[in-house]
Amino acid sequence: MPADTERFVDPSRRALLVGGLVAAGGAAIAAGSARSQSVPDPMAGHDMSNMPSDPYAAPMSGMAHGNMTTVGLVDHGRNGFDPTSMLTDWETGRTELLPDGRTLRTFEIDAIDREIEIAPGIFFPAWTFNGRVPGPALRAKEGERLRIVFRNLGSHPHSMHFHGIHSARMDGVPGAGLIGPGEEFIYEFDAKPFGCHLYHCHALPLKRHMHKGMYGLFVIDPDPARQTDPAFTAIAASRLHGSPENAEWQELAMVMNAFDTNFDGANEVYAANTVGQAYMNVPIQIDKTRPVRIYLVNVTEFDPINSFHLHANFFNYFDTGTTLTPTLRTVDLITQCQAQRGILEFSFAEHEDGMYMFHAHQSEFTELGWVGMFDVRGPAA
Amino acid sequence: MSDQSQPTRPVLTRLLLVLVPLAAMLGAFVWIASLDPLRSFNNGAPAVEALTVERTILDEAGIGLLVRAGGSEPMAIAQVAVDDAFWTFTQDPPGPIARGDTVWVQIPYPWVLGEAHLVNMLSNTGTAFEHEIAVAVPTPKATGGQLRLQALVGAIVGLLPVALGLMFYPAMRGVGRGGMNFLLALTVGLLAFLLIDMTSEALELAASAAALFQGSAMVWLAGLASFLLLMAIGRWRGTPEGLALAFYIALGIGLHNFGEGLAIGGAFAAGSAGLGTFLVLGFALHNVTEGIGIAAPMLRVRPPLWTFAALTLLAGGPAVLGMWAGSLAYAPQWSALALAVGAGAILQVMVEVTAYLMRQNNDRQVVLFAPAVLGGFLAGLAFMYATAALIKV
Repeated sequence: MPADTERFVDPSRRALLVGGLVAAGGAAIAAGSARSQSVPDPMAGHDMSNMPSDPYAAPMSGMAHGNMTTVGLVDHGRNGFDPTSMLTDWETGRTELLPDGRTLRTFEIDAIDREIEIAPGIFFPAWTFNGRVPGPALRAKEGERLRIVFRNLGSHPHSMHFHGIHSARMDGVPGAGLIGPGEEFIYEFDAKPFGCHLYHCHALPLKRHMHKGMYGLFVIDPDPARQTDPAFTAIAASRLHGSPENAEWQELAMVMNAFDTNFDGANEVYAANTVGQAYMNVPIQIDKTRPVRIYLVNVTEFDPINSFHLHANFFNYFDTGTTLTPTLRTVDLITQCQAQRGILEFSFAEHEDGMYMFHAHQSEFTELGWVGMFDVRGPAA
Repeated sequence: MSDQSQPTRPVLTRLLLVLVPLAAMLGAFVWIASLDPLRSFNNGAPAVEALTVERTILDEAGIGLLVRAGGSEPMAIAQVAVDDAFWTFTQDPPGPIARGDTVWVQIPYPWVLGEAHLVNMLSNTGTAFEHEIAVAVPTPKATGGQLRLQALVGAIVGLLPVALGLMFYPAMRGVGRGGMNFLLALTVGLLAFLLIDMTSEALELAASAAALFQGSAMVWLAGLASFLLLMAIGRWRGTPEGLALAFYIALGIGLHNFGEGLAIGGAFAAGSAGLGTFLVLGFALHNVTEGIGIAAPMLRVRPPLWTFAALTLLAGGPAVLGMWAGSLAYAPQWSALALAVGAGAILQVMVEVTAYLMRQNNDRQVVLFAPAVLGGFLAGLAFMYATAALIKV
């Protein structure tokens, strides 16, 4: 309430009062001589000798808003995972043929306690799948038989709860695949429906197990052979990991997450793929001749909604990825509730080379780390 | 003397008697540090971390914070966020901050005049230390013009009212025994108000200081020590009265005005108080009684004219020094210490003025509850309380 007090007296009367007092007192001797000409106005002290008070206007180098960044770099080597390689590091497990001709795909996942560096110099005591946050981005094909061998090497009970279609016994909730430290459980179910899904630990309290880092992408690619319409067959083929059509695309795995480092129920650091500002420090390389597809999931705890905004471009969005036609066309922003996910498809083919930003459009999340750059370039000259 | 009856020991023996426990203490410390017998208590809990902001500087270079670490181990500031945005910063000196050490954290943040900002410093364990800047205004700098302006404000709140109060001296000289008792009791009453006011302010400030200063204990002990020292000095050559007592009152009030200057200067620098004319006049009115209080014990003597100037300077001048110190070198623990010392001085003059009042009357105990004395005391309290309403914002 800085200026409240001056409202009581209008300026002219105020000057008169103070001037009169100073003269009458005869005590403010030093003061009187200090400001001999003008009437002493105590409020004059408030202008702070006309120093440049507005830092925007000050000619200060390094004062630009480009200073909105973390200081230093995260040691990805010590973490054991790198946000850049995590973008394309799909975990496909190992496959074998079942007697009935179907493919059995086996993943091996360990729950491990691990301290990770989530922003330069800030360490978080995480619970991880396979030592990384987010956990491995599992990828399978629609209709395959999946077998996930889960070992709990951590200090608390954990589970893997898959967003997919499976039996109650395989649900990863207490009594159905939730195991104590040192135990092992094998989840088995069919890969369906196709789409962009997730898995996470469903031990209780769920909030704590989620935000400690136990989540990951679970992508089921559509089987082109199940499509009857040739147009959809081609689209499904482009989504099928390892197909020649799929090789045309640049596919990126992004998990929007956040960390409550002081455990007060609000996040201190936001990111895509754990490390705040990672894709500002190392922009994502984009070859503009190839279309881009992002598998995006939101696992941010405490904040109900997260979002993805692409600069200078628009994209098609497939909510949950369970359709081959977009659920939203030509948008530059989508929101996701907790555990909501989807697929973004866009192209920079017509764009100039340059740095194109992407971030949550909750400014707070952006400025606390969830922001990155696409370094878009044409074919090497 | 009693110690002469003790058998005198050789110097060497006496030295040994001191050295043996000292050596045992040293040995014990080395043993504890090397064997770490408390290791089994280690429950895996992270080290305790504490960070206290002691000064905030807002200028054209952004935000500067003087922070003191108080953790159980050296701690590191990993990142700084201002208003929920990570921002670059430099730390001087860099590196982990040892317990009790201070560093400057400089953040090139474009703060906005008159608005609030929240600085959040994250340690390497992710512990968040928040510091609120209630109202962002440029921090005063020690320029000539700035110092003169602050001196002017200090003079208005400190020198002017004391001088005005002392101007009642000729009028007061004529009073009889009852009037004299009333005035002395009035002085004790206003001093009692100042004592309570200063103590609570000191405790409030101390609470915002780093834990290692033990704010509350520091305030009480500094106040007690200052009281005892001033009592001892005051009674060096008999109980003070007359002119000497007036000077002691001026000293106590001077220390109070120093604290008041600190508070105004500090609030001014922190932008938490706009220094309106109304507020300054409130301070002046509030402090007029101080001059009356100083004049009261010397009504029976005929002081030379220079003493009035000296008393004014002693009682009011520290307000100017306080303004400078408060706005330019503000740290809560030092302000609390200054206020505590002032509170001790106030208590000393309360005791001495009361003693003087009792000596002036034959019925020493009864006079304390005489209508004039009790009335004067309560009037002093009431006047100070009422005028303080003008300056509490």
